[in-house]
Amino acid sequence: MNAKQIDQQQLLKDEKDPLTHTPVHLLSLENVGKHYGNIVALTDVTMAVDNGRVTCVLGDNGAGKSTLIKIIAGLHQHDEGVLHIMGEERKFGSPRDALDAGIATVYQDLAVVPLMPIWRNFFLGSELTSGFGPFKSMDVQKMKDITKKELADMGIDLRDVEQPIGQLSGGERQCVAIARAVYFGAKVLILDEPTAALGVKQSGVVLRYILQARDRGLGVIFITHNPHHAFPVGDRFLLLKRGKSIGYYDKKDITLDELTAQMAGGAELAELAHELEQLGGHGDIVKEVQAEVAGTASAGAPAQLRT
Amino acid sequence: MTMTQTLKKPAAPDERVVKRNPLQKLLGRPEVGALVGAIVLFVFFASVSQTFIQPNALATVLYGSSTIGIMAVGVSLLMIGGEFDLSTGVAVISSALTASMFSWYFSMNVWVGVALALVVSVGIGYINGWILMKTKLPSFIVTLATFLMLTGLNLGLTRMIGGGVSSPSISTMDGYASAQAVFSSSVNIGGVDVKNTVFIWIVLVAVASWVLLRTKVGNWIFAVGGDANAARAVGVPVKATKIGLFMAVGFCGWILGMHNLFAFDAVQSGEGVGNEFLYIIAAVIGGCLLTGGYGSAVGGAIGAFIFGMANKGIVYAQWNPDWFKFFLGLMLLLATIVNLIVKRRADASK
Repeated sequence: MNAKQIDQQQLLKDEKDPLTHTPVHLLSLENVGKHYGNIVALTDVTMAVDNGRVTCVLGDNGAGKSTLIKIIAGLHQHDEGVLHIMGEERKFGSPRDALDAGIATVYQDLAVVPLMPIWRNFFLGSELTSGFGPFKSMDVQKMKDITKKELADMGIDLRDVEQPIGQLSGGERQCVAIARAVYFGAKVLILDEPTAALGVKQSGVVLRYILQARDRGLGVIFITHNPHHAFPVGDRFLLLKRGKSIGYYDKKDITLDELTAQMAGGAELAELAHELEQLGGHGDIVKEVQAEVAGTASAGAPAQLRT
Repeated sequence: MTMTQTLKKPAAPDERVVKRNPLQKLLGRPEVGALVGAIVLFVFFASVSQTFIQPNALATVLYGSSTIGIMAVGVSLLMIGGEFDLSTGVAVISSALTASMFSWYFSMNVWVGVALALVVSVGIGYINGWILMKTKLPSFIVTLATFLMLTGLNLGLTRMIGGGVSSPSISTMDGYASAQAVFSSSVNIGGVDVKNTVFIWIVLVAVASWVLLRTKVGNWIFAVGGDANAARAVGVPVKATKIGLFMAVGFCGWILGMHNLFAFDAVQSGEGVGNEFLYIIAAVIGGCLLTGGYGSAVGGAIGAFIFGMANKGIVYAQWNPDWFKFFLGLMLLLATIVNLIVKRRADASK
């Protein structure tokens, strides 16, 4: 459990502040906090996002992950600390502000409007238009072509961009949302639990798109409660618990087991494992059941019970 | 140049997209249920009544349809945007009363009253939308409250200012003739008088369809009705879109209100109650989902046409008009079932 915590300055990549030529992060949070009335949702969170890096935010339910992304995505405003974009202090008033600053968010549940065709969803909020004044109309054919091409580039081969997006599978919808963010020039891509509702295979597909987005030079924030999804793709890991940061690690300084242990709260997990072991092997309940079964049926029953 | 163009191979079609025949394509449209209903109803009335297919009778049916259809345009857009408005029926009368009472009381040119009525109508829409967005209450509650308040205001203010239940006659006032020419006149086409509301209706449907399908505002309307949270998250101005839709309904109400006023020269202050359901029914028959996010302006127009045919067709067939409501109810039920099947199919693999 002695993994080395990250020193902020070490992580600076090649980005420089255009005026002072000092290194800056694409996006950084310093001691950010947020409370709703008397409820403290988040305190003292520090993290950084850089080009071509995946920053994973891990935590159990209620750890403050959603609050954190809502601050970065402009849905909520932070009460404490500072949020820097390319070294400049910012506070977003609306999701539009965040989008304009190059921060795109892919939400797990509300990424798309199910009844609308794929191409309308792809360009929703950023429609291409032609014409002047009140006669401005959408350039439908161009939008359809771009949608098809962009999705093909991401490796999604669509049958028909006219079909309602609700007909796509969960993983495909996530991918459309990621492709959309990449196309619209996002510099920072926030993924809110993209794999939470997906099966193993679909999760793998989404994780691959995360790496594709990273290789295209985006700074990715990957929010998840599954260390097995985070570890293979992440470059650094921020662990949250009850609204506080309980660790911030570089990939080379931590292993998957350590990460899992940290997430579940080290000692607690060990205790739980011990308990489970007892129950599975020689627990009182098992013994009782075994005794009962032995009294009435054949000797093979306990072995079956254990499996 | 032409050579290369002709030589250029067309993009290979995706083999997984089975070429759909035109009939299947048509069945995917929101207004298909209404269209089938309209054709069935037309054939039915044409077979039972000789007068129904006379040009004069058709013009009357179209006029009846247009008085519903003008409002159904706005109401359809609003329903696609995920809200509905119960105050539309009385708001039409409020608009007409505003125009007539204001110009009568201050003895002004009626066009001043007409302009004020526009401000009031659009203003009512704005207030409906604004309260809705501020309180996040269901539109059912907010517009029900507006409906009741407007009903009371119509009756109360008319009695207070004009001293009766109907607005005073404005037929002798300045500007009456020109306003009547704009809002309530007839065009003679091949010996048949067609009311100009029919043309206003057609223009409104065309504009609404264009906005809905070919502009970004249309995209936003579908989005705020389909999933307002998703729309907001990708940067769609949800509040402005919804308030704008209520204002568009107000605008349609103004046109119909002015027609009601200038078709005669006075308005009954107690009118309009119950009409809001006719507009909503027209939109629903036309394929707009009550839950929002799906529908078309053309559908609302077909819904209004069905309404007009059933309304007048029963008269031409010389039946008891009592049957009208039965027809309307049946159409509504059938249309909603068709809509339900469509939505299920769209959500199929969700």
